Amino acid sequence: MLELKNITKKFGDRTILDHLNLEIPTGEILAIVGPSGAGKTTLLRCLSGLETPESGSFLLNDQPFDPTDPANADQIIGVVFQNYQLFPNLTVLQNITLAPKLVLKQDAQTATATALELLDELDLAGKEQLYPYQLSGGQQQRVAIVRALAMKPQVLCYDEPTSALDPALREKVGEIILNLKKKHMTQVIVTHDLTFAKQTADQIFTVNALDAQGGK
Amino acid sequence: MTYIEQIAPSLLTGALMSLKIFFWTLIVSIPLGVLVSLGLLSKFSPLRLLLKFYVWIMRGTPLLLQLIFVFYGLPIIGIIFQRYDAALCAFILNYTAYFAEIFRGGFQTIPAGQFESAKVLRLTKTQTLLHIIIPQVVKIVIPSIGNEVVNLVKDTSLVYVIGLGDLLRAGNVATARDVTLIPLVLVGVIYLLMTGLASYALKKVEQHYSKWR
Ligand SMILES: Nc1ncnc2c1ncn2[C@@H]1O[C@H](COP(=O)(O)OP(=O)(O)OP(=O)(O)O)[C@@H](O)[C@H]1O
Ligand SMILES: [Mg+2]
Repeated sequence: MLELKNITKKFGDRTILDHLNLEIPTGEILAIVGPSGAGKTTLLRCLSGLETPESGSFLLNDQPFDPTDPANADQIIGVVFQNYQLFPNLTVLQNITLAPKLVLKQDAQTATATALELLDELDLAGKEQLYPYQLSGGQQQRVAIVRALAMKPQVLCYDEPTSALDPALREKVGEIILNLKKKHMTQVIVTHDLTFAKQTADQIFTVNALDAQGGK
Repeated sequence: MTYIEQIAPSLLTGALMSLKIFFWTLIVSIPLGVLVSLGLLSKFSPLRLLLKFYVWIMRGTPLLLQLIFVFYGLPIIGIIFQRYDAALCAFILNYTAYFAEIFRGGFQTIPAGQFESAKVLRLTKTQTLLHIIIPQVVKIVIPSIGNEVVNLVKDTSLVYVIGLGDLLRAGNVATARDVTLIPLVLVGVIYLLMTGLASYALKKVEQHYSKWR
């Protein structure tokens, strides 16, 4: 179970998230929806340690953790960014194995084997030696998913996973998310796409928009 | 032919001195330039301002002045360098500043998302720089670094002013002694060879980095 308790996030004197509470049972999918500028991405960034909330706490299986603490390798929150942010100077395989080798101290063989297995599962077999620019958008997204999975995260987050995809690919990423659910992966999806949210998520959470004055 | 053979040894000795300065300046200034560029981007303002000042001085005054300052000026306040050390010191200080500016520009073109995805993968700052950021920066700055490298080949001739026996001095001495243009022409040819070689090496580096975009 992933819990967010009383998360408050401000930018300057603008409150973006105000005492927000969320609970996601292990293996379930939460979709976060809401109008543009409401703070969906901000919430995901807080959860993944890229922003520091002013107050509140994060718990994973009743254990509090600090997402911004680079040392806690036990509570890894994987992120698939909206524009994937693959490393252009590394091949697909290197993109995936870099962190497992350096951070999880996996030996090259183990890291490669895991990567190839995951690539195969996500229909990317044979792409391991290509560079990101040689892949289509959908393939890049799946590499980003594999890269996150290779770190064995407790939770996997996606920011707008369908926004850049055509309908067929949208369906495919939905399928991937549901397959991961079968493996009990806890997932958080930020999306504009309410239909997609309803098709995939167990729970839909709406982040409210700020009012015109910038307060809530 | 015999005249050329006769002056070749002194020209080559001079060229060797020029190459030594070229080589050591590059080897030291490029990594130092990366470090200074990181300092220029640091959030710690005293360091940032100090380095900005340093870069401003180095880029805003002639290298020739800096050479004269180190070799003829500093002894006045008791800091004495050998000719060769003075030359290296001035060249390294000067070129580090240029390289630092180039790298700073390079670092600023890397999207924040690259640092963020590295952070989410729990890579340390050093790992992120070494494996992800610096290779991308290097690719971006190769053309500008290339210009500076070719400039450096030619700038080594400035050590003439502090009496170091470089290529230009060797040619000049021979021309004055033998009253012929041949040594100076040869000096020009050797400089062309050196800049040509440097450009060729840079092209190879550029090719190496063209595997990815
Ligand atoms: N680093 C920042 N500094 C200041 N304000 C910020 C920062 N990041 C986001 N904001 C503001 O916080 C609000 C929420 O932004 P956020 O990106 O979380 O919205 P969102 O719900 O993801 O929107 P969208 O659906 O358009 O992606 C916006 O008003 C935005 O301007
Ligand atoms: Mg967003």
